[in-house]
Amino acid sequence: MGELLNQKEWDSGKGLREPIKCLEDKWKLVPSFLQVKGLVKQHIDSFNYFINVEIKKIVQANEKIFCDSDPLFYLKYLNAYVGTPDLEEGFNVTKATTPHECRLRDLTYSAPITVDIEYIRGNQRVIKNKQLIGRMPLMLRSSNCVLTNKSDYELSQLNECPHDPGGYFIIRGQEKVILIQEQLSRNRMIVDEFKGAIQCQVTSSTHEKKTRTNVIVKNGKYVLRHNALSEDIPIAIAFKAMGICSDQEIIQLIGTDDNTLKKMAPCIMDCHNLKIFTQQQALSYIGQKCKTKRFPSNMSKMRTPIDEARELLATTILAHVTVENFNFYVKAIYLAIMVKRVIEAESNKSAIDDPDYYGNKRLELAGSLLALMFEDLFKRFNWELKNIAEKIIPKVKAAPFDIVKHMRPDLITNGLFTAISTGNWTIKRFKMERHGVTQVLSRLSYISALGMMTRVNSQFEKTRKVSGPRSLQPSQWGMLCPSDTPEGEGCGLVKNLALMTHITTECSTEPIARLACNAGVEDVRLLGGEEINNPANYMVFLNGNILGVTRHYKKLIKIFRMFRRRGLISSFVSIYPNHNQRTVYICSDGGRLCRPYIIVERGFPLVKQHHINELNRGLKKFQDFLKDGLIEYLDVNEENDSHIATVELEIDPYVTTHLEIEPFTILGVCAGLVPYPHHNQSPRNTYQCAMGKQAMGTIGYNQKNRIDSLMYNLVYPQCPMVKTRTIELTNFDKLPAGQNATVAVMSYSGYDIEDALILNRASIDRGYGRCLVYKNAKTTMKRYSNQTSDRILGPSRDANTGKIIKAHEILDTDGIAAPGEMVENRQVLINKQMPPATLNPISQGQPQQIDYKDVPITYKGPVESYIEKVMVSSNSEDAFLIKILLRQTRVPEIGDKFSSRHGQKGVTGLIVQQEDMPFNDKGICPDMIMNPHGFPSRMTVGKTIELLAGKAGLMEGKFHYGTAFGGSKVRDVCQELEKHGYNYHGKDIFYSGVTGEPLEAYIYSGPVYYQKLKHMVQDKMHARARGPRAVLTRQPTEGRSRDGGLRLGEMERDCLIGYGASMLLMERLMFASDAFSASICGACGRLASRAWCHACRSSGAVAAVEMPYACKLLFQELASMNIVPRLTLKRYC
Amino acid sequence: MPKLDENPRVFLEEFRVKNAAEDYGLADDKWDFRKFKERFRIVIVKMDNLEMEFDLIGIQPAFANAFRRIMLSEVPSMAIEKVMIKNNTSIIQDEILAHRLGLIPLKADPRLFEYRPEGATEGTEFDTLEFSLKVKCTLNKTQTKDSFRPEDLYENHSVYSSQMKWLSIGNQGSVHKDNDVGPVHGDILISKMRPGHELDLNLVAIKGIGRDHAKFSPVATATYRLLPEITLTQEVNGGDATLLQSCFSPGVIGIDSNGCAFVKDARYDSCSRNVYRYDSIKNSVILSRIRDHFIFNVESVGAMAPHVIFTESIKILRDKCKTILDELSNF
Repeated sequence: MGELLNQKEWDSGKGLREPIKCLEDKWKLVPSFLQVKGLVKQHIDSFNYFINVEIKKIVQANEKIFCDSDPLFYLKYLNAYVGTPDLEEGFNVTKATTPHECRLRDLTYSAPITVDIEYIRGNQRVIKNKQLIGRMPLMLRSSNCVLTNKSDYELSQLNECPHDPGGYFIIRGQEKVILIQEQLSRNRMIVDEFKGAIQCQVTSSTHEKKTRTNVIVKNGKYVLRHNALSEDIPIAIAFKAMGICSDQEIIQLIGTDDNTLKKMAPCIMDCHNLKIFTQQQALSYIGQKCKTKRFPSNMSKMRTPIDEARELLATTILAHVTVENFNFYVKAIYLAIMVKRVIEAESNKSAIDDPDYYGNKRLELAGSLLALMFEDLFKRFNWELKNIAEKIIPKVKAAPFDIVKHMRPDLITNGLFTAISTGNWTIKRFKMERHGVTQVLSRLSYISALGMMTRVNSQFEKTRKVSGPRSLQPSQWGMLCPSDTPEGEGCGLVKNLALMTHITTECSTEPIARLACNAGVEDVRLLGGEEINNPANYMVFLNGNILGVTRHYKKLIKIFRMFRRRGLISSFVSIYPNHNQRTVYICSDGGRLCRPYIIVERGFPLVKQHHINELNRGLKKFQDFLKDGLIEYLDVNEENDSHIATVELEIDPYVTTHLEIEPFTILGVCAGLVPYPHHNQSPRNTYQCAMGKQAMGTIGYNQKNRIDSLMYNLVYPQCPMVKTRTIELTNFDKLPAGQNATVAVMSYSGYDIEDALILNRASIDRGYGRCLVYKNAKTTMKRYSNQTSDRILGPSRDANTGKIIKAHEILDTDGIAAPGEMVENRQVLINKQMPPATLNPISQGQPQQIDYKDVPITYKGPVESYIEKVMVSSNSEDAFLIKILLRQTRVPEIGDKFSSRHGQKGVTGLIVQQEDMPFNDKGICPDMIMNPHGFPSRMTVGKTIELLAGKAGLMEGKFHYGTAFGGSKVRDVCQELEKHGYNYHGKDIFYSGVTGEPLEAYIYSGPVYYQKLKHMVQDKMHARARGPRAVLTRQPTEGRSRDGGLRLGEMERDCLIGYGASMLLMERLMFASDAFSASICGACGRLASRAWCHACRSSGAVAAVEMPYACKLLFQELASMNIVPRLTLKRYC
Repeated sequence: MPKLDENPRVFLEEFRVKNAAEDYGLADDKWDFRKFKERFRIVIVKMDNLEMEFDLIGIQPAFANAFRRIMLSEVPSMAIEKVMIKNNTSIIQDEILAHRLGLIPLKADPRLFEYRPEGATEGTEFDTLEFSLKVKCTLNKTQTKDSFRPEDLYENHSVYSSQMKWLSIGNQGSVHKDNDVGPVHGDILISKMRPGHELDLNLVAIKGIGRDHAKFSPVATATYRLLPEITLTQEVNGGDATLLQSCFSPGVIGIDSNGCAFVKDARYDSCSRNVYRYDSIKNSVILSRIRDHFIFNVESVGAMAPHVIFTESIKILRDKCKTILDELSNF
């Protein structure tokens, strides 16, 4: 590869013809990136920013509390800190803790939030440091977590898996993830079409307020619409209220071309019709339209409507544009731009913004969501302190009022804990009410946990049937995985991050604003409308706020990019022009998606082979590439302003600006497991993304130390023969979930139709598909307010024989089941007893005999389990906590679900003895037979290639790669097969195991990685003859867990009606369900009670009628509503 | 070019395996003992204690297959069936440990044992072998070097099959020699342990057959293939000859001094049919296999020599035939 061409060569175009050599091992930048960033770095970065920076800002923003009753009193927060994780073991006694301890003991992994305060006690000014105000749940592997920067050995000492990604919380023993929330970006103008009318919408968001301002077209006129205003305000009045009183000035701000003049004329007319000419008149007009506050405070009572309108304009309407000293000029310009956008969009539909465009989206992470919650709680905390101060200070007391004594940390602690544990984010101040923000971390498999950490949840309603937000946006390229989305209602709304996506955290704007000014941006306040709208000028926005205008936007952008590449400003600041709007946008806000690219200059990537060699030798890291300006991050908007080549060959020297690091990084963690995904039909990859999360395997190196409520493990998990780069990057090869099965693609018996699989008995005997299912049973021994408490007794003995009764056979002398024992259905695990009364205090005096009530924890389930271990500890309420881990070993059986990595699932249809299985020349019997009909319609060519590559890998003794858009080539793989004496196409001669003769067809066979999915017949099998019934309706209960009946549904009923099997219908729907013999009075037709009609006062006409109990119930319910159902009785024989 | 003889064949065509015309399979042939005796031959090609290759020539596939099936699933062998766990503090679960132990091939001649009667709870010296496995992992106190390898730090950190101890019951000590009983391989890793982990197990091995569980199968695999035959229909020479040579397993095709390809030995051809990929030579060969020439391959697991397994399988087939004849005559 040539060195950078010098200017002369560049001009002559010499040397550009020769193709650019591909960089070898360029993909090694990806592991280097992930080493620095980690797979869930977004969460951790965001949380770190919150506990280290933002929490201080929030406390600073609300730093002072005053008291209305004592003007001298104040409380000032000087600083705030989040400590290291610990447990409160009593009053002021704490003990450092580990995440695993919290998991086992049902505790919360949290750290104290302390503040330094300065306040008035009596007449003295007191400074108190390290005052506890609450506890902050800690994200695992965040800066304050005990797991950060620990070696694998140290992690093992803490009972933690080194491959566990962290990024979640542990609340009361439960692992909770705050999902990434997708939102429209704030403080940006968005022009959209709403019911045929064009509108420009801005959702302003500041720390104090969150408001939405619209400029809409109404009857051909432009009006301002806002929630705080009861009516739409003509736009000209709004301008006048902002002090732009002359009509000429208004028009100049918006634009002076003919079209604008024509469109604005009616608006200006409006103003004249209403006789509003001055700012005062305009303000009073707006003041009248203000919505009256329901609870006017003292302050607002004194204000005139004009003041109110001015206040509204300054702080509520377009709240993010700050107004100093009621100088509305910048806000007026902003409003003018909004009007201009609407006018533009009216004549040019392409100026309408696409709300689904990903550049307009921001992702909210755990940090920002917790910051919102914390700020709200902190404000409430301060408000309560203030209330207490106001109440107590006027009272005369012996000791001076000490506010520290009234600081209760419970408010903030419980607020944060419940928010995370329930997932309900309710912030009244912003009228925000969100549900399902957090979810329990799915520990079904390692991949399911990882996949959950990269999940992006959309705020969009799931029930609405719209395609726009669900479809794949081209701007999601490289940021979100195109394959990984659920099927059904969440399709396209729940997304997953791609492998290299980074989500920005906020960085400060002042240096950027200063740099922009130095680079030639002129302050807009100094300019008039005509200059601002001059076509030569570009308006510059910083995070949605007007920064100024510039004449040389190209220079500005170049300077910014140069500074960013030099590392002088944050690498996550993005700058991009919009030529239609003649604006330059600079963004430094948090929540933008971005990803790294190799910079291409003059047709050559800046990363050269020697750089990669240095990376290989460990001399350079990803950060160094970034620092050296070889690689830079682009966010969605800037990505769309760049020309990015996927491979070196695509580089066009005149336009290309960037080069993709490695194409497989457009896929996410789950889709990255699929070998050769680029050969599959795309929905198949999507199905695999969903199924990979249900695969059993290893969930972490600490899986044996966990006591989860449900855990599936494979006994002999294997690394797939055909790996991908992503598998290695995500450590799936170290925590695998599946086994390589030798598959023969052929038909065998009739038990393989509809995707059913045939398994080899001998393979199962030797351990294929064997899995462990762990469940737990737990209880606490509570202490009650009346000095009584639960107790556990040892096993009871039969009164006659003196033997331990069957139900208690497995109990140890302490009354808890012994490890290693086998538990059967209905046996007691913990022989617990409870006092009958827990509230009334027992009379003092001599100790009474209390009649304890048996509340044993029993084992339920048709298949017995073994007791793996028993844990006795205490929980946060100091109650005894007993957890028992139960284990089952399951061998594959008919009906168990298996799936390959290509969305090809199937259940076991038949298990065949080894001697009946077909075998080839080498004597190899397949572990599994798959019907070839699974291929034509599914078009999973990737699976056939996986088989070939796996087979060749076995022969060579190496792993092949099936990395997306790359991997081992079919030709090479087949040649390898040929080299080892196999058929080039992977088809072998097989002999029938039954007849012993060769099969007529050649059989495609080889190893394919198969996952055992969590759906097993043992958990689903269910039948009942007689059983429990619901109390109300007397019909059989529903569902397997309640030993319910099997429903003859409506459609089945329709069949029977159609067939005319009336007696069968009677039998199924009534006699087999809720038949009831009701007494009916033949005279009045109403229900009688016990052969006596209360209404007729006779028993003469009462007859017994068989009817469903539900029918009788309906009659009674109708009667209770004053509707009399009457039955007319007739003898039918 | 050799003349095609009377041998029945299957032809390996490009896309399928085809019987010769008017050959409806050997099952349709009328069985003739005299003819069979004339044709039938057994040729032992290779034999050692673990593996045997022999040819069964002139026999119907049903018979050949019956031997294969019986060797796989009906010739008995000894395997650990019950594990009494007195103590297991290792990380491996009881059931998994028992399963692993069951799969260890045992060195014990199953012919000297009887099947345990159904329903019997206690074994006798005639149907049971007992072993004990008692291992405790401890810190290696003698270790002085600054080593972090587990083999230096701990004692008994890996449990191998050689640590199984045979416990003779009754008169077993005089019937069996110490060397005749125990695991076939001493280096089978059963479990890994760390200090504090302990195994105290009693292993009970009984006689069983592979149909009940693969661990009772006396063979790793028993399989056969048909004898490959390659016929050149026209002269192949020059570059095509080397190409042809490369399409078959090494040593199958030879090239004579004229540069002409000839079939040297088709026996060890892997039948990959890669010759069909080249249009230039694809029509100059006929690939076929002799339908009544079975090349058997028996890989013993170690308890019995492969030839013993094969003779056992014949005995079992003979007994089965006897049983059915008896049943038929008594019917």
